[in-house]
Amino acid sequence: MINKENIKKIIIKKPLKLDCGETIVDYPLAYETYGILNEKKNNAILAFHALTGDQFASGINPITKKQGWWSYLVGPSKAIDTNKFFVICANVIGGCMGSFGPGNINPKTNKEFGTDFPVITINDMVNAQHNLLDFFKIDKLHSVIGGSMGGMQVLQFVANFPNKTKTAIPIACTASHSAQNIAFNELGRQSIMADANWKNGNYSYLNSTPDKGLAVARMAAHITYLSKKGLQEKFGRKLQEKDDLNFSFDADFQIESYLRYQGSIFVDRFDANSYLYITRAMDYFDLVKQYNGNLSKAFEKSKTKFFIISFTSDWLYPTAENKEIVIALNAAGVEVGFIEIISDKGHDSFLLDVPEFLKTIKNFLEANY
Amino acid sequence: MKKEFQIISELIENNTRVLDVGCGDGILMKYLKDQKNVDTRGLEISKNKVQICVSKGLTVIEGNAEEDLKQFPKSSFNYAILSQTLQAFYNPEKVIDNLLNVADKAIITIPNFGFWKVRLDLLVKGTMPITKNLPDEWYNTPNLHMCTIKDFFNFCSKKKIKLYKSLALHGERTFEINNKNLNWKNFSSELGIFLIEK
Repeated sequence: MINKENIKKIIIKKPLKLDCGETIVDYPLAYETYGILNEKKNNAILAFHALTGDQFASGINPITKKQGWWSYLVGPSKAIDTNKFFVICANVIGGCMGSFGPGNINPKTNKEFGTDFPVITINDMVNAQHNLLDFFKIDKLHSVIGGSMGGMQVLQFVANFPNKTKTAIPIACTASHSAQNIAFNELGRQSIMADANWKNGNYSYLNSTPDKGLAVARMAAHITYLSKKGLQEKFGRKLQEKDDLNFSFDADFQIESYLRYQGSIFVDRFDANSYLYITRAMDYFDLVKQYNGNLSKAFEKSKTKFFIISFTSDWLYPTAENKEIVIALNAAGVEVGFIEIISDKGHDSFLLDVPEFLKTIKNFLEANY
Repeated sequence: MKKEFQIISELIENNTRVLDVGCGDGILMKYLKDQKNVDTRGLEISKNKVQICVSKGLTVIEGNAEEDLKQFPKSSFNYAILSQTLQAFYNPEKVIDNLLNVADKAIITIPNFGFWKVRLDLLVKGTMPITKNLPDEWYNTPNLHMCTIKDFFNFCSKKKIKLYKSLALHGERTFEINNKNLNWKNFSSELGIFLIEK
């Protein structure tokens, strides 16, 4: 296991009633901050991470020693300029980077919770993170921002706390997880569960984790984050360090080798049970249903100014689904801007160096500051 | 700011809600927001121009008037503005219908195909007219449904659309259009500006 003792965290004393019915209390929430909170406390931005993200949005992640997942966006003079803004990012509950999750010790058994951990939802994640506002004594955020599952949290945050943020930027997301997305998540979960080491979630966290299952889940998911064109251009049919086909099941093609590598590095930093819990939370996300079939009702009390961004080659959270949010916001009379960014990098565009995207974020945040 | 926008802004009351359809780089929106305290929203098809609007702090949705007007509830706005783009739609009639649904009043401007220079081009040269307001060749023009001031006048009376204000623009000068001078203004003006209501 990796040492997570030096991670910043707060212990939330306020009880949180989860959607599943259970109440949690005195639970840890791990977070990281970037930039300085000003005296007026009006420059704070709460960034929500996606499925496999964590609180280390920028700089070098102290655990993985790699660049933070949003290093292209967050930093001095970057799109989310930390010379101006104070960025807070927390690890979601259910996660595995210090926040309350299935890898935590269950006081009743003195072993990891595993699948005894309660099923959590996007709503639960957001309610837990809202405690950070009290912790930093922030009355109103400048913005809430996130892509993919982070975008879902943005929508849920404004629905739950209509006037706790001046602006909101949901990116490449949806208000209601689609059948296709549930299907891909189920594929990942079944892959983990098919690993003999999984043992119904009660595996030993110290020496026999279901790495193969988790790696395959990551490989499958990784394909969905890219576009056909992007894959073709980057890999095509190029062979991996060989001149001809091997007539075996080794990784002949570069794309195979790439996916295997992505799977193998992922298991070093991510917990299989967390993967199950977080994908479940995404699948359960249906803000339309939460508001009885009328998404506009989720936002009608809000004065938050929205800006929604989608990407042309994102087939996982396509423009049409993002536009449904725009339509609902307009129907509720909420101020909303929208742009579809041209990119062939697929769903992953929101994590990458896509200049038009970065420019939009910077302009929106700063013009409204 | 160009004369056309000055006239449009004079037609709009302070502290109202305005949708600028085809808002371009947001010059008119910014003026209305800053000078008349208007709550403005824009709809713009060009990604580049949406970006420019975002940098000005304007709220703009990338979209197309023929598809994306429907999303706004009835009477969401006091005014909808449509500047010199009516002729570029597949179905201008439906766009006007939608404009008057989402807003109480609409301000529509049209490049006048009845302008004498346009007529002269066709009459004398026998080629498709090219003027300041109609700068493109026939093979690359975005315009699909050109009309004249008189056509628009007739359209409004046929569809029982109230014409609150009809203005003709020639150079820097504006004139009120009425039934008596309609034929002459239709001949002498480059641009028609109409404030309409259903």
